[in-house]
Amino acid sequence: MATLEAAGLVKRFGKTSALDGLHLTMQPGQVMALLGPNGAGKTTFVNLVATLLRPDAGTLRVGGVDVARQPGAVRRLVALAGQSAAVEPTMTGRENVVMVARLFGASPADARRDAAAVLEQMGLTDDAAQTVRTYSGGMRRRLDLGASLVGHPKLLLLDEPTTGLDPRSRLELWDVIRSLVAGGTDVLLTTQYLDEADHLASQIAIIDHGRVVAAGTPRELKRRAGRNVVEVRVRDLSALDRVAATLMAIGDGPATIDRPTHSVRVALGADTERVFAALRPLDDTGIAIDEVSVRQPTLDEAFLALTGAPKENVA
Amino acid sequence: MSIALAPPRGNAAGLFVSSGQIARRVLRKFIRSPQLVVVGTVQGAMFLLIFRYVFGGAIDLPDINYVDFVVPGFITTGVLFTAMYASAGMAEDMSAGLIARLRSLPIPRSAVLIGRALADTAIQVWGLAITVGIGFLVGFRLHGSWSAAIAAAALVILFGFVFEWVFVLIGMVAGSAQAAQGFALIVFPFSFVSSAYIPVATMPSWMRGFAENQPITVMVNAVRTLTEGHSAEVLLGHPTSYFVIRSLLWSVGLIAVFAPLAVAKYRRG
Repeated sequence: MATLEAAGLVKRFGKTSALDGLHLTMQPGQVMALLGPNGAGKTTFVNLVATLLRPDAGTLRVGGVDVARQPGAVRRLVALAGQSAAVEPTMTGRENVVMVARLFGASPADARRDAAAVLEQMGLTDDAAQTVRTYSGGMRRRLDLGASLVGHPKLLLLDEPTTGLDPRSRLELWDVIRSLVAGGTDVLLTTQYLDEADHLASQIAIIDHGRVVAAGTPRELKRRAGRNVVEVRVRDLSALDRVAATLMAIGDGPATIDRPTHSVRVALGADTERVFAALRPLDDTGIAIDEVSVRQPTLDEAFLALTGAPKENVA
Repeated sequence: MSIALAPPRGNAAGLFVSSGQIARRVLRKFIRSPQLVVVGTVQGAMFLLIFRYVFGGAIDLPDINYVDFVVPGFITTGVLFTAMYASAGMAEDMSAGLIARLRSLPIPRSAVLIGRALADTAIQVWGLAITVGIGFLVGFRLHGSWSAAIAAAALVILFGFVFEWVFVLIGMVAGSAQAAQGFALIVFPFSFVSSAYIPVATMPSWMRGFAENQPITVMVNAVRTLTEGHSAEVLLGHPTSYFVIRSLLWSVGLIAVFAPLAVAKYRRG
């Protein structure tokens, strides 16, 4: 049975459609990232799964349970954490987790034991007795995530879990999320960061204007973007324009010049033979070349290719 | 790495446990915000002293000392000012995402509002005790029976519970703590254009019509006649039962209107 199944899902706020016929299926054992710009409908979708909102049309099932018909049963299956970091600042880390555990029905003793285990996993044991208002942003997010785990969710919903965090806190949170995934929790996360989706998710659904415009593994999506990218780095900056002109002549699109890194890149047709053929004229010019790389497009480039529009708010 | 947690439970917390947990959180927040506790107390004491000693000297009432007149007014309107705190707290919980987390949990949805109402009522009792204590220090005395005084205290706690629903609704509609504080300024016309601090007889007639019939006046007079007995009844022109019954009717009416509205607003999110 699918962990999550959405069909023709519609949610309107006044005249705007936040979700406009969204279809999505998530199988057990997956980490799915919903990737899209602000206003694409990611948070609306998460709030529908968490039963905070009701769909206007279409069906949404979590573990086979319909969210509109049995919201109470769905609340037992999902847990929500995210950008808002919904923890009580005047309570300690431990008190916060114990409270949520008690609300999930744990006895006082079980709640304390679960809280200790969760705080340990989140690396917050040393700060468990401090009030949350002394915590950093990253610590609050980890606490929020920990609090959502005490209900043994089948599906963990992470709404932009690292938005607004500094790079180090972001990496720490990634580690925690990866350890959960290794422990077998299904995760649905939303993000506007392409590298985050690439690092954490086994499946990516790209959302734009309330619909899924592309879905698949990170590798599939990049392949569907369809092209290899050749990137050449030259030793001497003055040679950059000549290299760009050569690559432009053989590439499938305009060459992109990046002066600070002395590099130029161009998209080529998918077959590798053409790549070698394309590089031969460069060899004849006698320009000193430091590095030549042939790679798949980044998700950023894939997003552009799959939606036909540049992605806004790229990190 | 997986974590060893107690095995999943079929059922989440019931109404009793979940309301208790929510109430505990609200109380902890209050107790651990010393600025609120201290500012609230100092502000209440200051106003009481100003009315007792600054304005009080200019107000001469037949048959009753001004301090005995005004302290019941402070005790009753104190409920409104404490309720402003509930309103800001609810708005903060909404905007901080805490309500979203609680609404996503498998607990009875009414638990969040019931828990908050219980905690805020406890905070009301605390505020009531402070005001009564300061009142006695500045010369307030009971002139009715002890049983009537206990009834007065019970009424004040009931009024606190009534206004809880009004102010929690305001907090949810406002959306942010600052906006909630702004909306909550409606307590000023209701507390000042009432019999709480001065007799309504000196007000212009158009204002007196409102002042005499609005719920705060009726509630204040119920507390006043219960604590001050005969002299207050003479001054206000009606027996104690007149005010008590009317204040109870107002209480039932306000709860009947605002509690369902608050619950509906909470359910819709």
